[in-house]
Amino acid sequence: MDIKVLGPGCAKCHKLNEATVEAVKELGGDITVEYIQDITKILEYPVLTTPALVINEKIVSIGKALRKEEVIKLIEENADNQGDSI
Amino acid sequence: MNVFLDLINGGWEALMEYLSFHVLTCLIPALFIAGAIAVFLSQAAVLKYLGPKAKKITAYAMASVSGTVLAVCSCTVLPLFGSIYKRGAGIGPATAFLYSAPAINVLAIVYSAQILGYDLGIARAIGAVLFSIVVGLMMAFIFRKEEKNKNENAFAALPDNPEGKKPWQQLVFFAVMIGILVFIASKQWIIGGVLLVTLAVILWRWFSMAEIKEWMKETAFFVRRIIPWLLVGVFIAGILKVAIPESVITNVVGGNGLLANFVSSFLGSIMYFATLTEVPIVETFMDLGMGKGPALALLLAGPALSLPNMLVIRSIMGTKKTLTYVVLVVIMATITGYIFGLISA
Repeated sequence: MDIKVLGPGCAKCHKLNEATVEAVKELGGDITVEYIQDITKILEYPVLTTPALVINEKIVSIGKALRKEEVIKLIEENADNQGDSI
Repeated sequence: MNVFLDLINGGWEALMEYLSFHVLTCLIPALFIAGAIAVFLSQAAVLKYLGPKAKKITAYAMASVSGTVLAVCSCTVLPLFGSIYKRGAGIGPATAFLYSAPAINVLAIVYSAQILGYDLGIARAIGAVLFSIVVGLMMAFIFRKEEKNKNENAFAALPDNPEGKKPWQQLVFFAVMIGILVFIASKQWIIGGVLLVTLAVILWRWFSMAEIKEWMKETAFFVRRIIPWLLVGVFIAGILKVAIPESVITNVVGGNGLLANFVSSFLGSIMYFATLTEVPIVETFMDLGMGKGPALALLLAGPALSLPNMLVIRSIMGTKKTLTYVVLVVIMATITGYIFGLISA
């Protein structure tokens, strides 16, 4: 499973990245987290506000600094995107 | 050693003055309103007017005022600018948004008016809105040949307002909060109190606990993000007040000459200001003899541009367009300041 956090370096973006890294640590398994701060790369995704959370190239949250529990829930809900397993 | 102590003392005095009552009574309600805007207002409702299919006139009009609703924090301004430019209504509305957004969010308006006076506060908002449209139109005209290359994904994917209140409920909610801000700032305690009770009733009847929690979380976020930097800004402003001789300021940006306006808007475009810190800095300069026109020029060009954000803008729309934009902003801020200086003299 492949997770991306999109955020051009604002405080909320850092928070979401931290929460995501924590969430992944807790879940374990084969999950990669990438923190994308380059605005031109961010703009390749159809997001208007950041931070955004992308799971297997699907945008699952926009504009919110989610808590760890919320990230875990989103990861579990989207686990079967493209048949990847946690 | 004495000089050093004087500087610290200047900073300290400025800090104490800012922590005073009248500043807190205006800033605290404004922070709550900013939090409520971020949580409860439907951004989608505004953004759909900035998509690729939007009518040009509507797009410019919306771009110039939507900063009120959309942009309290840099998390939103630059990505939104990029999206409007690349996938939305194009370079004109995008640059209009970029120029006006930092000047017209609720915190900036309230704080400028309270600290610098209502004339300057209002001039800042109006100047930003009007001249953002001019900047946008000129950008669109200069680069009229190269446009297009759009996909509608981002704007098509906008969620409908899921947990939205009815429009009239939102209207009442925000009207009550703005009322509280205005009446408490002008020390009308009784009306302010009545409105506070009204707000409590509104929250109790229309809002769920989760929504209120979300609102408080957002407000706390703004407090943590803005207040520390603001205090640093105030402290530095206090030091500057002691460190810079009055004659320097009066000579360079005193009065209302075109050159004074230009110098101030040029410096503003390079300097970086954390959210709202432009206000105490400008206040200090005005105390030292800066004219009202140049003050407005600095307020306009300052938060709209800085060296770091020029780099980001450049990575989105390239060197040529960025330079053109910077030149236009400096010119527009100069002209706006000059006109305001003439009017208020």
